[in-house]
Amino acid sequence: MTTTSLPRTARRATRRRRDWRGWGFVAPFMAVFVAMIIAPVFYALYLSFFRQQLIGGNIFAGFSNYLDVFQDAKFWESFGRVALFMVVQVPIMLALSMIAALALDSARLQGASFFRIAIFLPYAVPGVVAALIWGFIYGAQFGLAGSINSFLGAHFSILGAHFLQPFSVSWVLPSIGNIVTWEYMGYNMLIFFAALKVVSSELYEAAEIDGAGPLRTVFSIKIPALRGAIVIATVFSIIGSIQLFNEPNLLKTLAPDVISSYFTPNMYAYNLSFAGQQFNYAATVAIVMGVITAVTAYIVQARGSRQGDF
Amino acid sequence: MTTIDRASGQRVAPAHRAKAHRRGSRQRKSVVLTIVMVIFSIYSTVPLLWLIINATKSQSSLFSSFGLWFGNGFDLFGNIAQTFTYNNDIFLHWFANTLLYVVVGGGGATILATLGGYGLAKYRFPGRRAVFAIVLGAVAIPGTALAVPTFLLFSQIGLTNTPWAVILPSLISPFGLYLVWTFATDAVPTELLEAARLDGAGEFRIFFTIALPLLAPGIVTVLLFAIVATWNNYFLPLIMLSDPTWYPLTVGLSQWSAQATGVGAQPIFNLVITGSLLTIVPIVVAFLFLQRYWQSGLAAGSVKQ
Amino acid sequence: MKRITRSSTTRGVVTAMAVGALVAATLVGCSSAGSTSSGSSTGTAALAAALAKGGTITYWTWTPAAQAQVAAFEKAYPKVKVNLVNAGTNTTEYTKLQNTIKAGKGAPDVAQIEYGVLPQFALSKSLVDLQTFGFNSLKADYATGPWGDVNIAGGLWALPQDSGPMAMFYNKKVFDANHIAVPTTWDQYVAAAHQLHAANPNAYITSDAGDPGFATSMIWQAGGQPFKVNGSKISINLQDPGTLKYTAEWNKLVQGKLLSTIPGWSNDWFKALGNGSIATLLSGAWMPGVLEASVKDASGDWRVAPMPTYNGTPVNAENGGSSEAVIKQSSNQALAAGFVRWLDHDSNSVSIFTKAGGGFPSTTADLTSQAFLDTAPAYFGGQKINQVLAQGAKNVLSGFNLLPYEVYANSIFSDTVGKSYASSSDLNPGFQAWQQQLVTYGNQQGFTVTGK
Repeated sequence: MTTTSLPRTARRATRRRRDWRGWGFVAPFMAVFVAMIIAPVFYALYLSFFRQQLIGGNIFAGFSNYLDVFQDAKFWESFGRVALFMVVQVPIMLALSMIAALALDSARLQGASFFRIAIFLPYAVPGVVAALIWGFIYGAQFGLAGSINSFLGAHFSILGAHFLQPFSVSWVLPSIGNIVTWEYMGYNMLIFFAALKVVSSELYEAAEIDGAGPLRTVFSIKIPALRGAIVIATVFSIIGSIQLFNEPNLLKTLAPDVISSYFTPNMYAYNLSFAGQQFNYAATVAIVMGVITAVTAYIVQARGSRQGDF
Repeated sequence: MTTIDRASGQRVAPAHRAKAHRRGSRQRKSVVLTIVMVIFSIYSTVPLLWLIINATKSQSSLFSSFGLWFGNGFDLFGNIAQTFTYNNDIFLHWFANTLLYVVVGGGGATILATLGGYGLAKYRFPGRRAVFAIVLGAVAIPGTALAVPTFLLFSQIGLTNTPWAVILPSLISPFGLYLVWTFATDAVPTELLEAARLDGAGEFRIFFTIALPLLAPGIVTVLLFAIVATWNNYFLPLIMLSDPTWYPLTVGLSQWSAQATGVGAQPIFNLVITGSLLTIVPIVVAFLFLQRYWQSGLAAGSVKQ
Repeated sequence: MKRITRSSTTRGVVTAMAVGALVAATLVGCSSAGSTSSGSSTGTAALAAALAKGGTITYWTWTPAAQAQVAAFEKAYPKVKVNLVNAGTNTTEYTKLQNTIKAGKGAPDVAQIEYGVLPQFALSKSLVDLQTFGFNSLKADYATGPWGDVNIAGGLWALPQDSGPMAMFYNKKVFDANHIAVPTTWDQYVAAAHQLHAANPNAYITSDAGDPGFATSMIWQAGGQPFKVNGSKISINLQDPGTLKYTAEWNKLVQGKLLSTIPGWSNDWFKALGNGSIATLLSGAWMPGVLEASVKDASGDWRVAPMPTYNGTPVNAENGGSSEAVIKQSSNQALAAGFVRWLDHDSNSVSIFTKAGGGFPSTTADLTSQAFLDTAPAYFGGQKINQVLAQGAKNVLSGFNLLPYEVYANSIFSDTVGKSYASSSDLNPGFQAWQQQLVTYGNQQGFTVTGK
């Protein structure tokens, strides 16, 4: 970067003016953000220090709501569940997405654009519709699982007629994990694909000159180039996993005894708010969840990024 | 096509280039990769097959036939007609509402994210690091528990049960912001901006004439994700809207689904399924339309000189 | 469904009301001062005045008959415009009601509220006490069960719309094919369950994946009174004699794995009703409408019988049914009340409602009309189902209370009792857990709740 030699004061003035110019671009986003997100968050924070009862009105509760959350068995059970979900589902989904993106980028694929849209399609399906579809597939009476069960039962009697039970206590979390993977694989694949497209072709040429084979290229050039995209996809997938709500909530009517009202922390907060009208406690749960999520996301992001990225 | 060797500033011998080019076009198609992608595609599309097959069944046929095969009769067109006309054409209302929310909300979100991401990437202003930390931090707090405080706040301003209650919150796309930020850092060379500044161009002029074209593929990605997110927006509209005339398609379909429950139940699963199929079609169209910009732009925006 | 003809007494009442309204309207027209819009002016006069003056009100409901009813109402009272909004089915609507009431704006003037949830809205002082408009005079026009449901803690909070006295709906074809006699006691019912499932492992006597409304109705039928509400003092005993009588019997089915676990109202559930996999339904008297509209495959197969009893004495409970209430937030309470009165009391309106297949009437006029009792739908093989159902309405036990936080109670049912269902084990620990959480919640909310 070359600069012409301006008098010292003028140069500083230019730099200072440029410093604040950034806000011109960021301000519209931040203005809406403060109104739509910060304001409710502050309101929720305020609510978390009070307690409103059906009888007796609003009373100041200090930190007692927070103490209650830390001792709340339901909260920690739900949190443990999404933590488990996260460490299993996120790596699997991101690995699959990365393989798909690398395959698309390899230029050794027949009909790449068909695959691209086919894998992306599930992301376009609204959650309400996905629940209908998977409700059928997982149905152990009339659904696909049921048909597979009858088939297996008829031909492989050792397995019994009730082999597949997607909504049983032990299988419900993997079943939900499968739906989430199905929904978001295409989304993450596109993120990686876009990042791969930005890699300069010079790097590939240099590698070829050095005699690197295709697999070596993948591991030495492509995957390192994806580093930023991997971090961002991981951070947002972690946030999404900890905040898991849509899929278990929509499936709750199909498995009411297995998916409890506090199955995930987000469902717990939702039911506290809407069924129990315990807005204050729900706000407290949300803030505790938010802090844990933010800390986790920050750690992942800090460890994953190179210096200078931020 | 020739490239310029960095060190010597001279053109590289065409032989290398031709060899690389030949490699790209005559690369042997990998069978293994194709099989893997076929498996992925089957995994992704078979559940949607259920949707297509069952959209051809009438309501009574749905209850009497197996889920993954056709029932008696082919009622797709009847279902489509019924979906559009049921209950005084409310589906069309929902469709129009969703279009409104997507154009204004999704479009607006893309604009805000592009402006913001560019600002974060290309300007070192005070509070820069804090901005993203705050955005990420606020996103970390789950929206379901913020729904009631948001409802109460909106209610005071009188925005509940209006389209603004849906549009305004959807203008924030933290992911879009991040995406444009990382993309702009790489794809828009600061030298170009400096050169333009020296020529006396204003910041916004620079943004529009120089940065925007370079950012095009990133913007298209953000736009696509914003379109899908606003199209499928369900939870907040459900809380904010009580009048079905303002519902987006997702909330409307779930209301139709709930008609199968309780006293006076009237299952219209056939309309829910057909409606769902119709809901997906515009997204597919948008994707097919936008991917062309992506394809050309992504490669063009990448070269570092 | 056949048109319900008016009996002479009803016609007399209606005429008297019409004349009275006309007179009142003329009187009001003569005087210069108008009635206050949201004040509680006394009696029918205020209603008539408001209806004559006109205005706009919003009505939240999910009944299929509402559109026709509103059209008829606007024809009868051209100066009144009713904004009909389907804000969602039960819990969805209640959530929106709770939110808008809390926010102080956006609530409708009239809302459909099921009997089970009415106490919650009544005791939180969100509704208008309809006694101020003289609705107490309508007591004789309604069956005792529904009338009791809308009278809570000394106030009259809504008018009954439909009712849900329970009955046993059974698939005669399945019973005959398996040579099973129609059970009249619960012991016979359990025996029938064994017989059916042994003969056909894919068939079940009924489905139950854990439903709070069903459980409380069954406890009610067994004579239990687990919830005693006295203002803000509540006592909960989910192991009282009635509850234990119910669980002793129902455990045989749960632990014997004789119940289908298909969740109610799902696609699969309708399929199972149609193909005989679920042989009986223990439900409110509004179920025929559902079967006729949605399970067409089984037309002619189903019949109605009274609920099985514990010792031969006929007892019954209510399961479902809604009422209409006026929300306190309404800026035109008199007009709203006038609309409610027409909607749930005018014989034209009630006839539209029952014809639309929406529900079982709650008005004595309809319940006792000969035409109603003689209705013999082809779906039920020509059986005079209303006779059985109306008889069932007479046997409903009185004095059953529900909690002022029923929405919450329902939301944690599957967390607690649901665990017993999930593991096919004894229901009693589940009920104890439910009780414990209900006591804790109630005390947290400022009630004084004791658990036994």
